[in-house]
Amino acid sequence: MRRRLAHLPPALALCALAAMAEMTALVHVAYPRPARGETGAATTPASASGLLKAPPSAHERSNPYEGMPEAVTAGRKLFLRHCAECHGDDGKGSPRGPSFDLDRLRQAPPGDLFWFVSNGDLKAGMPSWSRLPDAQRWQLVAYLKTLAEQVGGAPP
Amino acid sequence: MALRAYRLLVLVAPLAAALPRAADAQERSYFVTYNHQMEQPGNLEVAINPVAATRRGGAGFAASWMELEYGVKAWWTTELYFDGQTTRGDSTISTGWRWESRFRPLMLEHRINPVIYVEYADITAADKTMLEVVGHDVESDHAQRNGLARRLRQREIETKLILSSRLQAWDVSENFIAEKNLAGPPWEFGYAVGASRPLGLAARPDPCTLCPENFVAGVEIYGGLGDGRGFGLRETSHYLAPLLSWGLPGGTTLRLSPTFGLNRNSHRFLLRFGASYEISDLRRQVRRLWGAGGR
Repeated sequence: MRRRLAHLPPALALCALAAMAEMTALVHVAYPRPARGETGAATTPASASGLLKAPPSAHERSNPYEGMPEAVTAGRKLFLRHCAECHGDDGKGSPRGPSFDLDRLRQAPPGDLFWFVSNGDLKAGMPSWSRLPDAQRWQLVAYLKTLAEQVGGAPP
Repeated sequence: MALRAYRLLVLVAPLAAALPRAADAQERSYFVTYNHQMEQPGNLEVAINPVAATRRGGAGFAASWMELEYGVKAWWTTELYFDGQTTRGDSTISTGWRWESRFRPLMLEHRINPVIYVEYADITAADKTMLEVVGHDVESDHAQRNGLARRLRQREIETKLILSSRLQAWDVSENFIAEKNLAGPPWEFGYAVGASRPLGLAARPDPCTLCPENFVAGVEIYGGLGDGRGFGLRETSHYLAPLLSWGLPGGTTLRLSPTFGLNRNSHRFLLRFGASYEISDLRRQVRRLWGAGGR
């Protein structure tokens, strides 16, 4: 038994080392997170619970598909495929997911919406949609902004 | 136990078929490698994954596992597997079941996203699904006749550290596997690495079934890394598997992966096929099926 165990530590150490090397890279986040003490809420009116966590660097990202009607149509297709089962076909919610706060959605910078769709809010039950390519997430954002304008009316 | 599990399947399959609303398929494109994609909370995915294999100097076989994957939380997915196989010139048998859970410890997307995987398996030595390759798993393990192999019961604990990244449109995932037979043999180790990418990045505006955005292509490599008595590549088997996944708009995903053995300990060729169906909001659907409302 002791001889068997003697071979175990090197093997585990190798696995652990590889894992640690990978984990170390966690400090380089792909999606920027708020710095300590930063919530993002102070600089943006988009303060819905999930959007609240979007970092300031997300606000500045603009939607490459802005003003493209085809992207909005594609975004609607993606919305019906991935989001409507929880949020309803019109974004008014369902027993599984909340309705959109259209006012906040309208005012939220596209970058915040992109950040939220990418990260989700796992604790609150909203999955991360990072498995969709960036282009499709931006198309979704284009549709969400249009939906907010259509249903909620133009901002004053 | 395995027979009881199959009876359960007989009950679950018609239930799944009767459920009215499908959801978008969530199935990952890999067969062996896991990424940090979790099942949508409340959804159930039913999948069947046959694998056909050739064997040097012996009878070929076809094995299959059925999986029921449920999203408990957005950060916690649990899954039940039922395994079986048929060997040419021998018999068709069930080979056991597995139950696993995957947890995402970090709540935001990072460059590398870790997932902790824990599994309990109650299978026999006749299991040929090759859901993972660990230790000194080699082709000759599958030479034993089913009647004998099924008597060797293996209760195992398996853990995986899953590290998964999105690099532009690519999904790149690495799994480090450690498996322990509770009867006493040493820990066995293995790995699986996969990379995949959708064929189309932006969605087309019109509804489509065959458009590139619905396809994911990739490759995975997996194999054993020895055990606690001898860590390394000696007497281990390894596989290279290109794969293609097709997500149909109705909630079905089809996957195909021709798999090639990389050394003489490996099977020369495996052909994996997968079909999965996603059921939205399982609890509500079951309540509706039983006539308890749930509107």
